[in-house]
Amino acid sequence: MAATFFGEVVKAPCRAGTEDEEEEEEGRRETPEDREVRLQLARKREVRLLRRQTKTSLEVSLLEKYPCSKFIIAIGNNAVAFLSSFVMNSGVWEEVGCAKLWNEWCRTTDTTHLSSTEAFCVFYHLKSNPSCSCYVAEDQQYQWLEKVFGSCPRKNMQITILTCRHVTDYKTSESTGSLPSPFLRALKTQNFKDSACCPLLEQPNIVHDLPAAVLSYCQVWKIPAILYLCYTDVMKLDLITVEAFKPILSTRSLKGLVKNIPQSTEILKKLMTTNEIQSNIYT
Amino acid sequence: MFVPCGESAPDLAGFTLLMPAVSVGNVGQLAMDLIISTLNMSKIGYFYTDCLVPMVGNNPYATTEGNSTELSINAEVYSLPSRKLVALQLRSIFIKYKSKPFCEKLLSWVKSSGCARVIVLSSSHSYQRNDLQLRSFYLFIFETESCPVTQAGVQWHGLSSLQPPPPGFKRFSCLSLLSSWDYSTPFRYLLTPSMQKSVQNKIKSLNWEEMEKSRCIPEIDDSEFCIRIPGGGITKTLYDESCSKEIQMAVLLKFVSEGDNIPDALGLVEYLNEWLQILKPLSDDPTVSASRWKIPSSWRLLFGSGLPPALF
Repeated sequence: MAATFFGEVVKAPCRAGTEDEEEEEEGRRETPEDREVRLQLARKREVRLLRRQTKTSLEVSLLEKYPCSKFIIAIGNNAVAFLSSFVMNSGVWEEVGCAKLWNEWCRTTDTTHLSSTEAFCVFYHLKSNPSCSCYVAEDQQYQWLEKVFGSCPRKNMQITILTCRHVTDYKTSESTGSLPSPFLRALKTQNFKDSACCPLLEQPNIVHDLPAAVLSYCQVWKIPAILYLCYTDVMKLDLITVEAFKPILSTRSLKGLVKNIPQSTEILKKLMTTNEIQSNIYT
Repeated sequence: MFVPCGESAPDLAGFTLLMPAVSVGNVGQLAMDLIISTLNMSKIGYFYTDCLVPMVGNNPYATTEGNSTELSINAEVYSLPSRKLVALQLRSIFIKYKSKPFCEKLLSWVKSSGCARVIVLSSSHSYQRNDLQLRSFYLFIFETESCPVTQAGVQWHGLSSLQPPPPGFKRFSCLSLLSSWDYSTPFRYLLTPSMQKSVQNKIKSLNWEEMEKSRCIPEIDDSEFCIRIPGGGITKTLYDESCSKEIQMAVLLKFVSEGDNIPDALGLVEYLNEWLQILKPLSDDPTVSASRWKIPSSWRLLFGSGLPPALF
């Protein structure tokens, strides 16, 4: 319980997230109709991996079908923009499939007829490379992992994850206003022996969501993986934030994949302008 | 499922498993952090599950530059073979509807690993205590000739909110002087039947309070009595499942409110220490108690980042 400024007592949400007294009771009182609704919702929220051309589901996990030595995941629009402009414009990348999922954050309500422009996680094959620009909810993260990695973890693969976080999430003894954002931090698994191109994430900072799910999987199954985290104060698509990822181009993970940097910068500028026009509310 | 750090699963036969329940104030988890950090326990594996919200970060118990770059995930297992202790630390909350499956997976691992007994550190909402647990019928209002005088050292418990006092006690007329003012201890314990057989005598000698039964449905006067642990997360589920699976389990909990729960965590580890004697017995000096538990480096900035200098 907490007393607010105006004197009324309100029930404060418990930090430990323990609302399961209600959950248990819900379970006891659940009628067959409730169970049916819950199952339907679970089916709606299922993560589906689809092949590009045929749009049929992949029977095995993605990495079993398309094994690779380097796997780069970009999560969030700035990371995706970086990957598309700098990495994917060099060499020939073939789109092999996409992961479609729906949760309460999606703006579309119809899940069965998602068009290709709305595919949220698209997988490209050169050295395999998915870019995920949607929000994957907590209960879907493990499903996504299973569909992509499968149940047999491969140790001869190196994984790089790129994502962004808001700078206010970064805990430091200085004030967050004085930080030189955007800036990079890294987290790597025990088996990742190369060095990162930026400092490692200091205690007590932590990472959640899909990047954490992937990194946990890699740490437990001893796969070398590194997460590059860009702390920025602009969460929408922004040139300065995307360029903050540039130091990664010199690391062993991405070396050899990037050939033409000036051209990449042009592509990035084009991406920015297309988005800017779309976000003008007066047109 | 348990995934060892090394090549083979360590032998945990006969060990005592200490684990937290994700509960109000995160007291159990804070207490586990203190135990793992003070005893310098080493990581032996992960409890990899899809029931907990994923999170990662660098080693929360880092003491030097060298060991500060090991990655930690949301559920890890540490051990101290010399004391036959194994500790499970949980660092995130349960995904909806996944707390029961987690309990089942955990208890089946406990059985298969051969752990002798489990001790769950937990907490419960202090505002949900009933009168029995508040023990507030030792009132200290003495009526002198003309006017009531309140004794210094009184504990007020919101008289108006109390239900009628238990039989035998009258309000406002406690004329007998109590030589030492009584206070209710906020700690409680619970033992499963199989555990009671082995440790009942030891617990009795410690003079601990057992968790009282309260009404299953508080609003209804004639509902049955049962063990309720509001705000305790999976504590009740773990306890019930252990009773039915005949696992030796003890629950140690403290009544707390949300806020700065570090003192509560220190209190809970001292309570545990009375029984397990992890550290040497406490001397009478209370200032010594807090300093002998090593605060982990990850507890920095628990209440946020630094403030902008321009604020002042």
